[in-house]
Amino acid sequence: MAEIQEKDSGGKKGKQKKFNVRVDFTPMVDMNMLLITFFMLCTTMSKPQTMEIAMPRKDVDIKEQEKIKDSRAVTVLLGKEDRVYYYLGMLKTEDYENPEKLVETNFSGDEKSLRALLLGRNREVVEQMKELKLKKDNLEIADSTYRKQTIEIKKNKESPIVMIKATEFATYRNLVDALDEMNICSIGTYAIMDIAPGDLRLLYNRDPQAGYEVVKEEK
Amino acid sequence: MSKKIKKKSTFIDMTAMSDVTVLLLTFFMLTATFVQKEPVQVNPPQSVSEIKIPETNIVSVLVEPNGKVYMSLDKQPDRWELLQKMGEHYNITFTPEELKKFSLLSSFGVPINVMKDFLALPTEEQDKQIINLGIPCDSINNQFREWMRYAKIVNRDLVIAIKADGGTPYPLVKDIMETLQELKEYRYNLITSLKNMPEI
Repeated sequence: MAEIQEKDSGGKKGKQKKFNVRVDFTPMVDMNMLLITFFMLCTTMSKPQTMEIAMPRKDVDIKEQEKIKDSRAVTVLLGKEDRVYYYLGMLKTEDYENPEKLVETNFSGDEKSLRALLLGRNREVVEQMKELKLKKDNLEIADSTYRKQTIEIKKNKESPIVMIKATEFATYRNLVDALDEMNICSIGTYAIMDIAPGDLRLLYNRDPQAGYEVVKEEK
Repeated sequence: MSKKIKKKSTFIDMTAMSDVTVLLLTFFMLTATFVQKEPVQVNPPQSVSEIKIPETNIVSVLVEPNGKVYMSLDKQPDRWELLQKMGEHYNITFTPEELKKFSLLSSFGVPINVMKDFLALPTEEQDKQIINLGIPCDSINNQFREWMRYAKIVNRDLVIAIKADGGTPYPLVKDIMETLQELKEYRYNLITSLKNMPEI
């Protein structure tokens, strides 16, 4: 592949011949391209996304619960076959037998969805967050300030507190979807909690065929 | 007068091209983080969260749809030490060869009592068998808790990441979360794939 050209140098005998050495790089390029292709296919350019969650400590949880104002509490129940329900406020004993208390919802984003409800109830915070985000996008504030202010905004005294309770029939996807809605709606306080017998009773009254009651008795 | 067509040489100088490719190759080689081999394929659910996972010091917990649990640690010396500590806990002595073999595995997930036999197998056999194994994490024999406990002892700075399939039933994920709560690990990451933030 290397081409060596002989130059005529005047025909003088005894003088060394000059060589013009020229190497063909085509195979080298071929090989490099192959290697590039290999590395491109083998690398993961984008790192996976994560969702950071902090679970409550088991011991302090119970005391905190009592402090929640009734009007702020929203309980989301993850049921069978991707069904989602919510109810507002705390459950009283007479509510257990009242399936009307439970409202079916979804994660889609239409007017019946959980998002519509939470955005409505959390309007003040959402507006503030929008403004803040705009400021960040226009590079008016630094990233660290943005994070600090986000925490401040989310401390709003009127925004809903969401309790996510999953039944045995829910899947992990449902849970992540629910957590995702919290992110979208800028909910500051939310918790993943164990389902209470009262919630199961309510679900049973709503949908007797689904088998919610059976699970409760096993426990 | 007859005009003679000059014969032109078709030789193209590839040196410049070669330079470019070598440069690109160097770039890709330096930025390469290889796709880690996972014993089972899981599809994490989507979320709008844009937080990236840290690059090092991760202990990830892989949960497949049927609830089998696998773990992976990103540093080889950590894996070596972890197995040593686990061996001491369960009164199994691992030879340096076995420790070496274990530290070369990117992810692991076999009950500790069959670990010795498992490490003796050739790699292809291991890949076949690991699908049916997984770390036991039920309440009677919670080896997952021990693995996690020792992993944190080996390296304090480990960040816990859970990568579970979207279709995993919630109780299985809850078991893992409860185990982590028992270990006083309250903050961890859930690995998700990216979805666009909806307009609100």
